[in-house]
Amino acid sequence: MVKQKSKSSQKLEELGSKIVSDIEKSKNPVIKFPLRNLSNIVFDKKTKTLKLGDKIGSRSFFNVAHSKKFLQTVEVASILKKELLESGKHEHLRGVFYMTKRTIPGTNVNIVDEQIESDDIIEDLEVITGLSREQLHVSANKMGSMVGNIVLKDSGDTIDCSRLGRGGYSIPSITDELEFKKINAKYILYMEKAAIFERLNEDKFWQKNNCILVTSQGQTTRGIRRLLQRLSEEKDLPIYVLVDNDPWGWYIYSVIRYGSIALAHASERLTIPGVKFLGVSCDDIIKYDLKKHLIKFNEQDIKRLKQISEYEWFRDNKEWQRQFEMMKKNNAKVEIQALSARGISFISEKYLPEKIKNKDFLE
Amino acid sequence: MAKSKDQPKLELIKAEELAQQQREISVAAFFEKNRHLLGFDSPVKALATAVKEMVDNSLDAAEEMKVLPNIIVQIKEAGENRYIVSVEDNGPGIVKEQIPRVFAKLLYGSKFYRWQMQRGQQGLGVSASILYGQLTTGKPARITSRISPKKPTHYYELHIDIAKNEPEIVVDKEIEWIKDHGTKVEIELEGKYQKGRLSVDEYLKQTAIANPHLNLVYINPLKEKVEFKRVTNELPKEPKEIKPHPYGIELGILIRMMRNTESRNLRSFLTNGFSRVSNAVADEIINKAGLKPDLKPKEISTQDADKIFKAIQQTKIMSPPTDCLSQIGEELLLKGLKKEINAEFYAAVSRSPEVYRGIPFSIEVAVAYGGNNFPPDELIKIIRFANKVPLIYQQSACAITRSVINTDWKNYGLQQSKGALPTGPTLIAVHIASVWVPFTSESKEAIAHYDEIIKEIKLALQECGRKLLGYIRKNVRAKEAKERVSLFEKYIPELANSLSKLSGKKKELIVTLLNKMLKKGLPELMAQANGENQDGKTKE
Repeated sequence: MVKQKSKSSQKLEELGSKIVSDIEKSKNPVIKFPLRNLSNIVFDKKTKTLKLGDKIGSRSFFNVAHSKKFLQTVEVASILKKELLESGKHEHLRGVFYMTKRTIPGTNVNIVDEQIESDDIIEDLEVITGLSREQLHVSANKMGSMVGNIVLKDSGDTIDCSRLGRGGYSIPSITDELEFKKINAKYILYMEKAAIFERLNEDKFWQKNNCILVTSQGQTTRGIRRLLQRLSEEKDLPIYVLVDNDPWGWYIYSVIRYGSIALAHASERLTIPGVKFLGVSCDDIIKYDLKKHLIKFNEQDIKRLKQISEYEWFRDNKEWQRQFEMMKKNNAKVEIQALSARGISFISEKYLPEKIKNKDFLE
Repeated sequence: MAKSKDQPKLELIKAEELAQQQREISVAAFFEKNRHLLGFDSPVKALATAVKEMVDNSLDAAEEMKVLPNIIVQIKEAGENRYIVSVEDNGPGIVKEQIPRVFAKLLYGSKFYRWQMQRGQQGLGVSASILYGQLTTGKPARITSRISPKKPTHYYELHIDIAKNEPEIVVDKEIEWIKDHGTKVEIELEGKYQKGRLSVDEYLKQTAIANPHLNLVYINPLKEKVEFKRVTNELPKEPKEIKPHPYGIELGILIRMMRNTESRNLRSFLTNGFSRVSNAVADEIINKAGLKPDLKPKEISTQDADKIFKAIQQTKIMSPPTDCLSQIGEELLLKGLKKEINAEFYAAVSRSPEVYRGIPFSIEVAVAYGGNNFPPDELIKIIRFANKVPLIYQQSACAITRSVINTDWKNYGLQQSKGALPTGPTLIAVHIASVWVPFTSESKEAIAHYDEIIKEIKLALQECGRKLLGYIRKNVRAKEAKERVSLFEKYIPELANSLSKLSGKKKELIVTLLNKMLKKGLPELMAQANGENQDGKTKE
């Protein structure tokens, strides 16, 4: 672990030394790194993930359009090195924002005005140094839980996730350093809705079906994506995704499987090629008689569906295109919770076991 | 009218009745009812118009005598909504016998039959002001005039006999005056004094811009004294009187010219009466009209006159001479503008004369830009001149305004919405000089929309616009460069501080190095960054 920290610190120092050496040569100091805008996001057909292309951008100090960002980059880098890495402590994105935010003397210019700016710079620094945000000791809000037959070690504490009551294990923002001690599970079920997680936990679904349940509220955080990826790769566990029957839910699956534009530079550490979409599919609506629970699409839903159906990785996928077509025809969505209409434990006793048994998945 | 055989008597009686009512209407009586035609439609405007007419007359008089004009304008309050306007000049004065008619008879003047560039044209202005004063206050106009130190000074008080359009002398005496020569006119009238865009103050200020050789002292009703100082001792070039060009006349004028001519035959009438008509051109016109060259002009019938008129239009005649125009000139226009308008940048353009309907005219444009005196985000200000006289009213009806709107100012560094004046800290002055300025009405407030004139104004505006753009570009660039340097100066200590933490190098060293680079020059540094100008992170 100590070795890792010095590596991160060293990388940032290299960045600083390179800039100073430019200045010593009377050269306009410049930082070069792969462009992170849409024009440089490519879908790698081999790995089936979103990645950065090979376009290189540069940020120089003596350039009116760049100088503030240049200053922000160096400022944030110095804070990460001095305040976090050298002391071995972690800080939230919000905290880093406050450490960076101040007014430049003699001006009414703040180094950063909003958190999005420092968040952006941290993502830039990931690309610049090749280190992940987690390696730079920056965390985000934790928003997920896990229960099941898994024992792990977190900062020296051993945690048995089968003995954590209704709340389960609160997944930290940084999951790189978790150690998996003992696992007795056939698969992992990841769901978008915490309410379903609670239902299944109460029904002891994981006990009866010998699996691990993971949830986050809405979008999957980096920490959870990294955790799922590690469980998939290191422990060879199948991962099933349960989301709402709407474009937003399906996009959650898409991000876990193929990556996202914003984090294309981190795809390698986050995407899970083997992940399977369990539901709710449009066939489920018919099969489980959910038609009367359809909620009509609004304009944004329609727009989003169109966008997603045109993604390169879905475009040639006949099965997915059939789903999009059906959803378009429904012009409506169904929430996972609609299954409760068939009985409070219908989801844990009928829907899930049946789907998993029949391998009724989409890929 | 439909004829009715049944009632011939009745018709006859009616016609006779009407005939009794029909009589010549005096110009003065006509004006009494139509004062708005001459610019006296509101009390505010009446005061401004009276001052304008009197000052125009004084300027023309001084120019004729080739002296540098010294004019004193005073407006005194004489009761509620009543003012005494007094304008005194150092012009040639007026001979005693002429004084009553010059001032107290409408349409009497030396200018109407002359093809020469002058401020007044019809001989209406001052006497119209006097008539207006008489109508609103009942007071006579007071005229003081002297033509030479060897001659006495005459003082008149005059009324206008409205029915006859003839002067009515109330007082006629000789007085003592310190002036060697000159004229002073005092009119009491109903009016209203105010400040602002349409005020007497503004009119006089603009007059000073277009007449940099003028020295004018102005005392307003609030007893504030303003002196518009002379900035050049150069007299304006004297406009030459020219004969009318055949293309520029109408049939009625042609007939009247034939009645009044001293030429004994048609051919000499044409060659002597018009400019650019040689013997050959005269013969061509006469041939085309199918008439004989030895016809007596006074005996030519209206029908034949029409033939001549049409023949003129079919004959190719050289454009009139253009040396008859007196421009202000780029240099003097700039001087005039600089002394009255505070700005950062000035430019002026004098175009060579052109011709509309056989009448020579020329356009001059000047621009004042920037500085603290202009509100930056408002529409630009236009000031308009015709033969060096400011046009204050009816801006939106004027060909000058139309031309400014029709010019694409985005090409010249100003913002402009479609169909509107541009916005920006700018004043545009446009001057049209002509032997006959085509106004839209007798009150001489707006220029008529002749294509030739609009085209010429636009060309002048564009030429001036290019000069303006050059300045705006340079100015904006210089300002930006300055801002950049100061921005970097503020960033450097911050950057050095962070860099020092990041690299372990000394902060002071980094500051010194960066400042040295900045001193060496930004353009070079920026050039280094060129070609790799894309910031690494600009999300779409």
